[in-house]
Amino acid sequence: MSLFNVFNVAGSAMSAQAQRLNTTASNLANADSATSATGEAYRAKQVVFEAVPMDQGTGVKVREVVEDASPLKQVYDPKNPLADDKGYVSMPNVNVVDEMVNMLSASRSYQTNVETMNAAKTMLLKTLTIGQ
Amino acid sequence: MIGKLDEYLRFNETALSLRSQRQELLASNIANADTPNFKARDIDFSSALQGALARATNNAPLATTSGAHYPNARAAADGKTLADGATPVLYRTVTQGAVDGNTVDMDTERTQFADNALRYEAGITMLNQQIRNMLAAIQGGQ
Repeated sequence: MSLFNVFNVAGSAMSAQAQRLNTTASNLANADSATSATGEAYRAKQVVFEAVPMDQGTGVKVREVVEDASPLKQVYDPKNPLADDKGYVSMPNVNVVDEMVNMLSASRSYQTNVETMNAAKTMLLKTLTIGQ
Repeated sequence: MIGKLDEYLRFNETALSLRSQRQELLASNIANADTPNFKARDIDFSSALQGALARATNNAPLATTSGAHYPNARAAADGKTLADGATPVLYRTVTQGAVDGNTVDMDTERTQFADNALRYEAGITMLNQQIRNMLAAIQGGQ
């Protein structure tokens, strides 16, 4: 019964989008973290989606979480203990506008997949009424 | 008599089976709306239904690898066809391309998804009516 597989497909997309939302939350929370366990400023993280075959349909999963390689923001702040000899502090390369857009896109995609799942559920319940 | 009943219900049964498989394809498209290089797929419903009906009425023999095998209705699917092994799955024409190579157009997919769900429910309503008609005939209108 392929309608049951809609649950798997939509569920995989929901979990992938939730993971994307998670990285967005982490990026926004650390938008000003000048240092971390490695001693370097926080680098923005992004998820990479990958299509995976699921029975007849195609689900989605997060292949990897990559770190943004773009240069860190240099902020002039000589009073900061992390400042280099020229007085510059390396700040995270998180682009807050990008992250907000990412957040909206992830939450809309999540909603769409919830609706997909609900539609499949309605159809299955209707199927159960055959012959009644 | 049983054969006649099969014949009577075949059209709606075949259509419902294709509709549910199409629903899964559309759900896959929606799920992969943000996946780079994913190409949206769909079936041509009317030709798929004609093909499925022709196969259902022809009683074509199914390939088996051993004499002890029961004929298997689910032929091996390779992603180019649906589970029946014969209905071709096509790629959707690109309306607005994306830089990441994704061809899912959310508006198209959403409308097709809703349309397909509604037609599935209509199919069930018709199937129910056919069963009711048959019951009325069996019970002689009592």
